[in-house]
Amino acid sequence: MRKFGALIIILALLYFLGSGLITDLKINRKNNLSQKTARAYINRNVKNPEINNQQLHGKTNNENTAANSVTAVIVDYRSMDTLGEITVLFLAVTGVLALLGSSKNNRIKLEKPNYILKISSKFLFPLIFLFGFYIFIHGHLTPGGGFQGGTIVAAAVLMMYFASNNYRVNTTDIKILESLSGLSFIIIGIFGLFILGDFLQNFLNKGIMGELFSAGIVPIIYILIGLKVSAELSNIVKEFMGDK
Amino acid sequence: MMNSINLSAIFILIILLFSILAIESKNILKSIVFLSAASILTALIFVIWKAPDVAMTEAAIGAGLTTFLFVLTYFKINTIKKEN
Amino acid sequence: MINNIINSWVFVYGPLSIFLIGLYGILTQNNIFKLVISINIMNLGVNLYIIALGYVHNGIAPIYTEKFKMSGENFVDPVPQALVLTAIVISVAITAFFLAVLIKNYEKYKTLDIEKIKGLEND
Repeated sequence: MRKFGALIIILALLYFLGSGLITDLKINRKNNLSQKTARAYINRNVKNPEINNQQLHGKTNNENTAANSVTAVIVDYRSMDTLGEITVLFLAVTGVLALLGSSKNNRIKLEKPNYILKISSKFLFPLIFLFGFYIFIHGHLTPGGGFQGGTIVAAAVLMMYFASNNYRVNTTDIKILESLSGLSFIIIGIFGLFILGDFLQNFLNKGIMGELFSAGIVPIIYILIGLKVSAELSNIVKEFMGDK
Repeated sequence: MMNSINLSAIFILIILLFSILAIESKNILKSIVFLSAASILTALIFVIWKAPDVAMTEAAIGAGLTTFLFVLTYFKINTIKKEN
Repeated sequence: MINNIINSWVFVYGPLSIFLIGLYGILTQNNIFKLVISINIMNLGVNLYIIALGYVHNGIAPIYTEKFKMSGENFVDPVPQALVLTAIVISVAITAFFLAVLIKNYEKYKTLDIEKIKGLEND
């Protein structure tokens, strides 16, 4: 009875929502970006986005010289949304720690850890760590960024937890790293307020598009976000494994 | 005939099949494996639709961290059940 | 004609039906584990639909390189990708919190069935 009623509701929603959304589909008539805001972000010229066909890679006179357009949108043009996302992640981790921090939370013990994993994890852990750092340092040149690199570092810590029963992570180091990263993000924003007049404005020297030291504060913010996310996800891994 | 849009149509059908199987199966571990497979296939569709940032995030988080969280709560619940 | 049907399936009806299967899972399942899995399936459907809105025919990934250096290139829309990146990270935070609540719930009530937990006689 319950399944029959749920099925009727789902089919009615499929018909009504589908027929309403199908008029948004513009793939048949030449879907170009000429009337969307994204044209201003791609041309790196928010004031008059009709100026077209300029060379951008290898030059230095743009508003934003990050080669990755998605990074430019997340960190420079819409950086308040990134601040909100960091706050939500912080609140969720606080909630998990408050719930699972009691004394009944014992460690999950494996009966016989795998021999291959025990030997090779000692060799693989610095390599995976370095790979995660590489991804969030080069966030403005290649696909990648702070969130992806932070997850990879947390996966390396998880591998070390599975390799042996006696591995521990120091809680104080994780807490200091996470707090300092979050605080530095806001301090950089306040520097922008005092130097140029707007919160989180780009105030450093913009280099040449395509080099490592370019786009002002974009690599610095992404490094801070990468460190913060890796510390938080390692904390979640530690709590779910039962380490005190 | 086999351009990128037809290929992603086939993958969306497979994701639909896996998600129906994930809800309706009796064993919980089978549901977790089907959810992880659906996550990896959406990461593949994101690559076909020319969005490499989103594909990397979905592959690392959906197929890595979420599956790990599910399996660990399953172990913890079994441990609590064995103690009583 | 058949091109129209495949286009509307791939970009509108496919992700919408994945979302509605997750909704069906929330409405009918009794196990709390299955509720968390259904919420994750709804996340997959919504993310697919948002990126499908930004697809440009014969487009290129939105990164400036040595080969594509002019500003009038045929790039795919980068704004939906930024929104979906935020949504994926928030979904893992919600899942972790939900599972921590589930563990504490099991320690108190010793059951995973939602029909046996509700009501005031269990308090």
